[in-house]
Amino acid sequence: MRVGLFVTCLVDLMRPRIGFAALRLLEHAGCEVVVPADQTCCGQPAWNAGDRATSRRLALKLIDEFDGLDYVVVPSGSCAGMIRVHYPEVLRDDAVARARAEALAARTFELTDFLVNVLRIEDVPGGFRGSVTYHDSCSGLRELGVKAQPRALLGLMPGVELREMEAAEACCGFGGAFAVKFAGISTEIATRKCRSIEATAADAVVLGDLGCMLNIEGRLRRLGDEHTRVLHIAEILAGEDG
Amino acid sequence: MEIRSNEFKGRAVFAIHDASLQQALGKAREGFVGKRAQQAAELPEFEQLREEAKALKNHILDHLDHYLERYEQAVTAAGGQVHWARDAEEARTIILGICKRVGAKTVTKGKSMVSEEIGLNEALIDEGMEVVETDLGEYIIQLAHEPPSHIIAPAVHKTKDQVSDLFEAAHGGPRKTTVPELVDEARRMLRDKYFRADVGITGGNFLVAETGSSMIVTNEGNGDLTQTLAKVHIVTSGIERVVPTLDDATLFLRLLARSATGQETETYTTLSTGPRRADDLDGPEEYHVVLVDNGRSRMLAGRFREMLRCIRCGACMNHCPVYGAVGGHAYGWVYPGPMGSVLTPLITGLDNAYDLPNACTLNGRCASVCPVKIPLPDLLRELRHMQHQQEITPAMQRRALKLWRFAATQPRLYHAGERIAARLLAAIGRKGRIRRLPLASAWTDVRDLPAPAGRTFLELWQGKRGKS
Repeated sequence: MRVGLFVTCLVDLMRPRIGFAALRLLEHAGCEVVVPADQTCCGQPAWNAGDRATSRRLALKLIDEFDGLDYVVVPSGSCAGMIRVHYPEVLRDDAVARARAEALAARTFELTDFLVNVLRIEDVPGGFRGSVTYHDSCSGLRELGVKAQPRALLGLMPGVELREMEAAEACCGFGGAFAVKFAGISTEIATRKCRSIEATAADAVVLGDLGCMLNIEGRLRRLGDEHTRVLHIAEILAGEDG
Repeated sequence: MEIRSNEFKGRAVFAIHDASLQQALGKAREGFVGKRAQQAAELPEFEQLREEAKALKNHILDHLDHYLERYEQAVTAAGGQVHWARDAEEARTIILGICKRVGAKTVTKGKSMVSEEIGLNEALIDEGMEVVETDLGEYIIQLAHEPPSHIIAPAVHKTKDQVSDLFEAAHGGPRKTTVPELVDEARRMLRDKYFRADVGITGGNFLVAETGSSMIVTNEGNGDLTQTLAKVHIVTSGIERVVPTLDDATLFLRLLARSATGQETETYTTLSTGPRRADDLDGPEEYHVVLVDNGRSRMLAGRFREMLRCIRCGACMNHCPVYGAVGGHAYGWVYPGPMGSVLTPLITGLDNAYDLPNACTLNGRCASVCPVKIPLPDLLRELRHMQHQQEITPAMQRRALKLWRFAATQPRLYHAGERIAARLLAAIGRKGRIRRLPLASAWTDVRDLPAPAGRTFLELWQGKRGKS
């Protein structure tokens, strides 16, 4: 099984460890992983900013780069959602491109969804010991139905105790450009999320989207929380959490 | 009503620092969200009802002209009169005309968002009429000289203490401090107005085509007194509120209260059909319906048709993190929250509400609770596309996007830039974080930026692959 890994632009720049964790999980499960070297961004920032032409260009670029692979796996609910849910819409005016987008969409999976529902893995390499709480990132949850998958995977780790937070499905206030365009509102929402996390007294908050991670970790630290670790689900599952 | 949606950012900051508002919003958030979730969980067919309601609304919108004409015939047959208003001004003129013709001095009003939309109260007051809002929330904000901050809970931004103050100032002492006391006092003040009213104006939750009836739901019964006791009853409603049959209305009723307040049903569901008949014990002498278009047929013809499915329950704002942080007044016009962020630019013009479609994290929770499944995030994104196309988006943002597109479509350039950025950010970082970043102060003023590792994934991966 040849699996293309779309690392995402944020992971590439900000936390490569997540990319390697995803790679390790896929290889651990026996996949042959291909990483197209020219990948950049899925175009979501342009799409959400209303720039259809740019999102179109980047969608076509990504569709070309991941052509011919059995699956495309993304360690991000929001970028996977962009490809699965929005690409056909981005390319709606061009029947040929739209058909290609739909074909790609059908082969594209968010990482935990892929591990649980396609690979059906029954063990993970990670050895984390401690309590964690899981934040449901919005796009993964509502566009892709990622809810039970990460919890099922955490359930494979005997050292992990899952403590659900209040309002785990509430937005963290990131929202891409929203976080800087409306920084005050974003902060207000993020603070609420941080309070929910802290109330669980978990050792770590785990989630599946780097955008939300940067926002939550950044706000937790600014509020003076130095001990709650902020981990991507791939990091904890792969044992790349050290 | 003056449109102040372009002041959103400033008003939002103000709202975040308003302690009473935050206290009121916190209470509302917990109440609405929890109760709706419970109602949805207790009704096994809830999700199926949402699907049916969406399909029925789509059917109605596909045949809106037909159902509106049937509705008009039925209203006329029952002795009432339908008036068609193209826009807010026409609607005001029609209503003012009726009020003046009957020599109205006192006008009572049940809750109606359309009346807010067309700026009715100001117009009536300007003509020297006494206008009395009879919904408790509306009554409170009328005393405070404020517009509603929520479409079903207009005074949700007020704390009980603030209401006590308002009532004491308006009614005289002694100051009432408990909810039952406050409600009793409002009842006493309103009772006499109902009987003195020349005209009673209500909204219409549903307009039933087969019977020509207008249907309202309330929890206080104030709408019933408003429409039954006045000499003339005027219904104001958007053209999209028509439903074919009474049966159809019940489908929406099953969703409305559950989605709105988390009740199984509202306390009062009342149908009004024409004026008082010869053997009726009470009822108005005249019955009018003012059907307001005000941009709706334009929506019907375009990409925002789905917005017309809205049954005005308020679930989208109850579940919106942005609304939850800033409340309804920040949105600057009649309709707040996600539905307001779609409707305001569509009704008042894209230029008049630049921020609203952008003031959203696209988290999608609004759409996931909408009883008629309006894809609100998609509609907001569509508005952003229109802003971009019409170059209403700031020039800086458009230039930045162009530059970014240039880079992101050229992998070598993009990756080289990324490698530099990764190194720079890593070098600035202390203890794994960046506390101040001059060009990204909007981020670092309020949160740390976790520092990157210094090498990008792709360069590390290529390095590894090169060695093996």
